[in-house]
Amino acid sequence: MTPEATLGRSLLSVEYQTVSYVTGPLVFVQNVHDVAYNEMVSIVMPDGGERSGQVLEVSGDTAVIQVFEGTQGIDIDVTRVRFLEEVAKVDVSPDLLGRVLAGTGKPIDGGAPIIPEKRLDITGSPINPYCREQPADFIETGISAIDGLNTLVRGQKLPIFSGSGLPANELAAQIIRQASVKSGEEFAIVFGAMGITHREAAYFMQQFESTGALERVVFFMNLADDPTVERLLTPKVALTVAEYLAFEKDMQVLVVLSDMTNYCEALREVSTAREEVPGRRGYPGYMYTDLSTIYERAGRIKGRKGSVTQLPILTMPDDDITHPIPDLTGYITEGQIVLSRHLHRRGVFPPIDVLPCLSRLMNLGIGEGKTREDHRAVANQLYASYAQGRDLRRLVAIVGEEALSDTDRRYLHFADDFEKHIIGQGDIGRTIEETLTVAWELMSGLPMGELKRVRDFIDQYHPTAGENATAKA
Amino acid sequence: MILGTLSKITGPVVVADGMIGIKMYDVVRVGSAGLMGEVIRLEGTHATIQVYEDTSGLKVGEPVESTDGPLMLELGPGLLSSIYDGIQRPLPIIASQTGSDFIARGTSVAALDHEKLWEFTPVIEVGQDLVGGDVIGTVPESPTVLHKVMVPPRLSGRVTSVVAPGSYNVDMVVAVLDDTKEIRMSQWWPVRQGRPYARKLDPTTPFLTGMRILDTFFPIALGGNAIIPGGFGTGKTVTQQSLAKWADVDIIVYVGCGERGNEMTEVLKEFPELEDPRTGSKLMDRTVLVANTSNMPVAAREASIYTGVTLAEFYRDMGYNVAMMADSTSRWGEALREVSGRLEEMPGEEGYPAYLATRLAAFYERSGRCASLGSEERVGSVTMVGAVSPPGGDMSEPMTQNSLRVTGAFWALDTSLAHRRHFPAISWTKSYTLFLGQVRPWFEEEVANDWAEVRERAMFLLQKETELQEIVQLVGPDALPETEKIILEVARMLREDFLQQFAFDAVDAYCPPKKAYWLLRTILAFFDAATQAMSRGVSLRQILQLPMRDEIATMKTTDHERAIARMQEMVAQISDEIAGIEVL
Repeated sequence: MTPEATLGRSLLSVEYQTVSYVTGPLVFVQNVHDVAYNEMVSIVMPDGGERSGQVLEVSGDTAVIQVFEGTQGIDIDVTRVRFLEEVAKVDVSPDLLGRVLAGTGKPIDGGAPIIPEKRLDITGSPINPYCREQPADFIETGISAIDGLNTLVRGQKLPIFSGSGLPANELAAQIIRQASVKSGEEFAIVFGAMGITHREAAYFMQQFESTGALERVVFFMNLADDPTVERLLTPKVALTVAEYLAFEKDMQVLVVLSDMTNYCEALREVSTAREEVPGRRGYPGYMYTDLSTIYERAGRIKGRKGSVTQLPILTMPDDDITHPIPDLTGYITEGQIVLSRHLHRRGVFPPIDVLPCLSRLMNLGIGEGKTREDHRAVANQLYASYAQGRDLRRLVAIVGEEALSDTDRRYLHFADDFEKHIIGQGDIGRTIEETLTVAWELMSGLPMGELKRVRDFIDQYHPTAGENATAKA
Repeated sequence: MILGTLSKITGPVVVADGMIGIKMYDVVRVGSAGLMGEVIRLEGTHATIQVYEDTSGLKVGEPVESTDGPLMLELGPGLLSSIYDGIQRPLPIIASQTGSDFIARGTSVAALDHEKLWEFTPVIEVGQDLVGGDVIGTVPESPTVLHKVMVPPRLSGRVTSVVAPGSYNVDMVVAVLDDTKEIRMSQWWPVRQGRPYARKLDPTTPFLTGMRILDTFFPIALGGNAIIPGGFGTGKTVTQQSLAKWADVDIIVYVGCGERGNEMTEVLKEFPELEDPRTGSKLMDRTVLVANTSNMPVAAREASIYTGVTLAEFYRDMGYNVAMMADSTSRWGEALREVSGRLEEMPGEEGYPAYLATRLAAFYERSGRCASLGSEERVGSVTMVGAVSPPGGDMSEPMTQNSLRVTGAFWALDTSLAHRRHFPAISWTKSYTLFLGQVRPWFEEEVANDWAEVRERAMFLLQKETELQEIVQLVGPDALPETEKIILEVARMLREDFLQQFAFDAVDAYCPPKKAYWLLRTILAFFDAATQAMSRGVSLRQILQLPMRDEIATMKTTDHERAIARMQEMVAQISDEIAGIEVL
């Protein structure tokens, strides 16, 4: 399918041959009339090829256009620009499931063209906060560090903060493979790949194929060698499709966006080309607003069955969590899962560092009737004990293990076992009950008096509490 | 009516031509869709406009129409328990009017319900002379709040007619002054202008929050202001929501400024269910919500905190104590920065406009305890608590630093406390308050006359712990003498049994100041007795084995009255029990 056909060519649209200035991904066109802000354009190259772009600014009779496929080969003399009289839109249909599309929404898997049920504006509108339904359903990801300690619920946005070389993709693939809800409904997966490599894309494809998940996946693929600016569309296109599937087709949708860092780089590239005043580290001052229009497109709506859950992945440059990209993301999303290079080096998989992790909506999805009544208490106890064990490690490095009291030594071992058994579960899934059982086994290694936060549940769940009681009797 | 045409569009900022006679900050309708905007710069006949809605699809040449006035709020009965966007459009009405779960553009809806009839009871008579601010009648707005209908600030005259008690809607004239000046139950006020008052008063009564660390260690006064800065995940929103739930005030204005949609949903779901501990009616009956989530238009976010404070001032003028929560002021600062960037203004620090400090100061100065206008004086207050989200948790950034200069208390949230799940994660070493001297007499009178002394000692122990911890990090705990180890133990009790407070526990969510005081007294009594016993030669281990310590730990989740009674007994018992330990 040719680009002009998918972009909805109008017979009345006007062509301009008045390009006056080209810089980076931007083209300036003069003497234009009746051009709308954010309108899509088609650019006819000197060699007859076509590219697409979007109006970034209109000032008098000059329009600034951002070209999605790059400006190489555009000239001032011959190149023609056609305004398409509509904002960026994407064709949606339930048939999208199982398809692979480019970052702009065009199919690239050689399959049949999509027969659109609707054409939707990719910017979307904000959900009226009054119409939102509070997320409440527990999603079992099969990963103890998430299910047990940082529970994901339906309608939440929970990013994975990774570092270069850390296995975020493997973790995401495992979550996609295992994620389920108690009611048993399957997730539809919308995968937005932004600037990832061929190798990574192939890994995901192979994962989807081998598990048979492909038929419920919509795969948007913008690879590392695809035009940078196209990346700015990819998450918006993916989320438009996700919202359509969730709120019009009643599906439970899990959106995986990888890698948000590449998206932000593209944002900075365009901002710099427009000579805007830079904010922190050269990223534009409106990056928070821009990211929020992506992340906030998750949730549930009153009276509708479907939901959009987001699992964005981003790479922290130099593992720095205070870098603007993870920082702004953390301020918008409802928690974060942080991967640790230290654990990864020690061969722990998944290498999740639970201390800086957080799930803000955890309390809505756990407890009696959802997971188990002792879940909150167990999570609190594990956190407190692990934090104490980690502190002691630093102390041991200075004064040696001999200087510790017996209780402290048991804390130290607890921290090691916690990393080995709770976090380092490997490639297998665990149900929430299994996670809690492992947790209780670990906690039984600590003195009974230290288990203050789970006091109410000791009789019921502590592996050796029953024996002690019998022994006393 | 001024009519111009659009000449430039860049994101939320547009420029219109031919706007002769338009004034700064006048509200305009932009384009054929009628998007709402505000004039923020004038240059010859060009007006630069920030648009409160998404500008996609606007074209050069579309009309721009002035509405002949600045951004105004409609103030009257019906504000309480409403939920508005940043420019006072009620979100439920937007939903029902557009029939969509998403916010459509160009929607124009009235802020108050103009059909609803209110029970109006006049309190004035014909022939009475009135000035601005005088109460002409009352309306029971919610089960607990009596709405006072006031003469608008700049109006005065002799009453020539007044209606009989009965049901009226906000459009009906309820009184007439000097035969011509009609007074209705609702009035309009521009958001960027503070509502006038007779004079400011010194704040002396504490703003009680029910959070032990705030009420005891870092209290602020009614009419004061505080900021809560903290990196993400440190619990700014939980703290703000806790304050909104339990703060001892009459009215709450909660502004969700550029924050998460799901969080507003949480407030919307919880507040109508939760009971106000003081009155027994629902929390929602005393609350006004302003929700402009992060993905809603940036210019409306900039306006949202002014909308919030104007609503707060309106109830202050009726003589109520109002608390306004702004979560988060950093998002407002960023909106300011974004608009400033689009205007191509010379940036100040970190890209923020140079006038950031001025705007912040002007905003926080709208808090205060005030005597109202009018012949009969009423005293009300606006207390402001602003969350700040410093990038990377770095408190040296401009928003935090500029806010610190104009606010009276700093409640610093600490990432490392949050990581070890110590909540509220308010740091006792970094936080401070400037209101202590003003509220101290109240506590000494109402709680206990040695309140200040007990507070001081507890803070000293925590401070001492921080120093000792540094030594422990270097040489290990065994190197400390027993007299210092007991300090570590008692400081740990202070942290776990006093400072930590569980916002989701039915009892512990709110702690009255008296209970907080007795908790401290009990822990200190334990400390005194232990130090004395140790000077006799009793070992630390023996003291730590006392069951009393566990009982102290259960006090915070024990019913307030029972706990206070029990702790009063305990203070006496502790010294006896520890004195009874034999030296081994």
